Amino acid sequence: MLSRTANNLYWIARYMERADTVARLLDVGSRISLIPSEHGYRSEWDSLLQASGMAEGFTAKYGDPVQRNLESWLFFDRDNPSSVASCLTAARENARIVRTAMTAQVWDALNMAFQELRQLERQERSSLDQSTLTDWVTRQSALVRGAIDANLLRDDGYNFLNLGYYLERADNTARLLDVKYYVLLPRLDFVGSGLDNYQWSTLLRAMGAQRAFHWAYGGEITAGKIADFLILNRQSPRALITCIAGADNHLARLAKAYGREGPAQMRARAMLGELEEETIERIFEEGLHEYLSRFIGSVAELGSVIHEVYLGGELS
Amino acid sequence: MRLSVDHITRYSYERPVRGLVQSHRLTPSVFQGQRVISWEVSVKGGDTAAVRGAEFTDGAGDRIQGWSIAGPLTDLSVTVRGLVETSDTAGMLKGYREVINPCAYKRETAMTAASGALSDLAEGVSDAGGALALAHGLSAAVTGAIAYHPGVTHAHTSASEALALGEGVCQDHAHALIALARLRDLPARYVSGYLFADASGTAHEAAHAWAEIHVPGFGWIGFDPANACCPDERYIRLASGFDARDAAPIRGVARGGQPGDEAMDVTVAVLSSDQ
Amino acid sequence: MGVFFDEMNGSGDRSGGGTRAPYARLEEWLATMPKELRSLKQAEAEALFRRIGITFAVYGEGGDPDRLIPFDMFPRVFSGAEWARLDRGVKQRAKALNMFLVDVYGRGEIIRAGRVPANLVYQNAAYEKAAVGFVPPKGVYSHIVGIDLVRTGPEEFFVLEDNCRTPSGVSYMLENREIMMRMFPGLFRENRIQPIDSYAEILRRTLASVAPAKCQGDPKVVILTPGHFNSAYYEHSFLADLMGVELVEGQDLFVDGEFVYARTTEGPKRVDVIYRRIDDAFLDPLCFRPDSMLGVPGLMDVYRSGGVSICSAPGAGVADDKAIYTYVPEMIRFYLGEEPILNNVPTWKCAERDDLKYVLDNLSELVVKEVHGSGGYGMLVGPTASKAEVEAFRAQLLANPSNYIAQPTLALSTVPTFVDEGVAPRHVDLRPYCLVGERIELVKGGLTRVALREGSLVVNSSQGGGVKDTWVLAE
Repeated sequence: MLSRTANNLYWIARYMERADTVARLLDVGSRISLIPSEHGYRSEWDSLLQASGMAEGFTAKYGDPVQRNLESWLFFDRDNPSSVASCLTAARENARIVRTAMTAQVWDALNMAFQELRQLERQERSSLDQSTLTDWVTRQSALVRGAIDANLLRDDGYNFLNLGYYLERADNTARLLDVKYYVLLPRLDFVGSGLDNYQWSTLLRAMGAQRAFHWAYGGEITAGKIADFLILNRQSPRALITCIAGADNHLARLAKAYGREGPAQMRARAMLGELEEETIERIFEEGLHEYLSRFIGSVAELGSVIHEVYLGGELS
Repeated sequence: MRLSVDHITRYSYERPVRGLVQSHRLTPSVFQGQRVISWEVSVKGGDTAAVRGAEFTDGAGDRIQGWSIAGPLTDLSVTVRGLVETSDTAGMLKGYREVINPCAYKRETAMTAASGALSDLAEGVSDAGGALALAHGLSAAVTGAIAYHPGVTHAHTSASEALALGEGVCQDHAHALIALARLRDLPARYVSGYLFADASGTAHEAAHAWAEIHVPGFGWIGFDPANACCPDERYIRLASGFDARDAAPIRGVARGGQPGDEAMDVTVAVLSSDQ
Repeated sequence: MGVFFDEMNGSGDRSGGGTRAPYARLEEWLATMPKELRSLKQAEAEALFRRIGITFAVYGEGGDPDRLIPFDMFPRVFSGAEWARLDRGVKQRAKALNMFLVDVYGRGEIIRAGRVPANLVYQNAAYEKAAVGFVPPKGVYSHIVGIDLVRTGPEEFFVLEDNCRTPSGVSYMLENREIMMRMFPGLFRENRIQPIDSYAEILRRTLASVAPAKCQGDPKVVILTPGHFNSAYYEHSFLADLMGVELVEGQDLFVDGEFVYARTTEGPKRVDVIYRRIDDAFLDPLCFRPDSMLGVPGLMDVYRSGGVSICSAPGAGVADDKAIYTYVPEMIRFYLGEEPILNNVPTWKCAERDDLKYVLDNLSELVVKEVHGSGGYGMLVGPTASKAEVEAFRAQLLANPSNYIAQPTLALSTVPTFVDEGVAPRHVDLRPYCLVGERIELVKGGLTRVALREGSLVVNSSQGGGVKDTWVLAE
């Protein structure tokens, strides 16, 4: 397929997944800030914005992290390229360009999300609470995802969509996990305290993984278990290893379909190999934040190799 | 006269470009006034030779050669080397094959658009002696109105601007003459080529330009207002067009290039090898 | 203006009124459709159009880019015999226009013979010097010829203008039919309506038939669009999808050596035929506008050396210029030795002194158009214009007479159309899309545009026009 078409499909997925994450981030932030803490909820929102890479723009535009402003910035603000509104609009625009590369159902789902967004934007803000907004986004993203899985031809376009999903999700999970690092940065003595546990479980909730976690691990929530669940557990749909395995699988399918493989496949396989060998102890030894930063960098590199090989059209 | 040409154009890019496509009209025209003995154009990016592309003769009789080269590249050179046997045809384009109707050259472009001053200059020339005398008169009028002075005008200066300045280079002379001829209802076009100017071969404007006017009964005749003459055996004709841009011997686009990143350096030597 | 010819009830037809045969069954259909059902169906149609996303952005109007062109459910019907004549007339014209193009980019026999003035062709802004001396494959310049027709009586058809570049609107022709068949299957069982859904396949075959000689194997055809911001983007993607070809932008193509390639996820893929929906000026910055970002650098060199075909061929626009239009009947006689089957509308060229005088004296009865205008802008419809509008236009015309031509106000035929009060006659025109490749083909149908405002003669969608399904009945 045209490289540009593949690029559009890849970005539809990335934007949809990003919208989903940002909505969840809003949820985490709101919940964490409900708990009293010594340094106030302000620094926790700062941490959230830092981890998600949206801090600078927010401070420039709004200054104080007031709940309402945060909702605006993360959900509605078009000046924030990662806001839910920006992501859904970008996903729909990418879809409009490649309408014929997808089924009517997939287009319908993306178009409906956009049309409903426009309605939400016209609605009185006081009538919309944060959890309504978050629920709405996760529902839209599930509808799109479902339409893709149920209807789309399993051709190369399907692979590029999934690459977008897995790479974005890998990046986003790592960032959400990293929120913990920022939140706890000022006071290391919180580790292991009740507050710490509350924050960890909020994180699980935000990822819709609380129940799954308990099924898989049982017992008390510990940092080690959660990190294991979100990094190394293949049963967890958001775990880094699951995402990289997914990317690896779709790259392998592309290699098979095109009869050639290259740096993208090699890199994905190497990343997967590393994750398979990894233990949670070693990760904590290195430092969770350091490990996650390194991982986010590797994902970005894999993304640029995929761009170079498939999406940029420079292959000769 | 036997003329040798050594013409090198070098492009360099501050940041690497992803690829280049060029279209050349760098082959001497085929007509009675000139015959190619040897001629070679080569295009290289770094040490890699560019890929030869389309090659054909267009409706105006110009030989066109396309080139492409994949990047990343930071420099490109176009080298033209050849030997041409020329003779004086009193400026007439004899034995030249082209399909295009001369009428098509009555259209003006931004560079050759009419103005009040151009119109006055054109009207001041008498056509009492017939169309040929008129054409000579127009060329002389341009020579008189625009003095040769490099550095005053630039690549996008129009005929009317050059006339207002009263100074310019061969490109401005040619544009002005085209404008005048059209004002007197004579088709006219821009010609790019080479000029052998003196024994050192490094004279000003070795890469030269002049105009052709279509004179009923004679066909296309060259006029060089910059040198107050018609092209003779010192001239090598390459290509024609509505104006300088349209007749450019080299046109190209660099992909992924940034504006302002390109630098160009041209050296041209035309020597007589009769000795 | 007197009485207009109505294609259903035959009013204005001197041979007598009464429902004309092609519409006989529609009369019953109408009688069995109560108003409530009609509104229901109308809403259904609109929802369908919106769902498939066929919308239309109006030039220079701002507003909702996702606006729909109003669809009128009452079809326009031709008998097989009526169509047979249109078919011959349209094909004759498409053939002559292409012969004209090959001629004027070659030796120019028709000009040498004094039948068309040289300056009108060679000094025309649409005449491309770069196209001279190259004959496109099969001698075809204009592969899709859209001919705008109006009707004034049972036998009276006139050609309003020719569109030789990239006539748009064919997606409406196809979608209108699709939607009518979904909503009123019964109508299609009762009437023997000729299908038009082969259009995409014929278009693909036509484009493939003009692949360059250097093409090996199955020709790879693509559609070149200016991009998704273009108002006709829907049509471009719709046609690409129906034909099963790639929809590309300039940035997706590149020249390497003697050929053009598409950038794909599997590496470069050679392209043989480009159905372009961008103007000549933007095709290739090396040949035309150097600032064009929409085109492909080096494309024209590849084209002119026979490495790729471009449809319509660069330079085709010189044949559909409004000044050239008046000479089309002359072309038909000159190249084909036939009399034109379809007549031109009598036209006054304001560039000519006598014509200009006549036009100025009769402004309130004439339609005056810009020579290069389109979309119904910059025109005056004398009989419906106010005094002030006429006077304002007079000043415009006097300032630059050669920019205008004038035609009599034609008594455009009407077809029943659903309006708020029920059913009422509204004026229509017709654009059939003639395909020219190895063969000349015309599907049995076209795009009927309807002026929805009462009394209006302007059918352009940008000026309150709508569209109808167009039927040709099997004999």
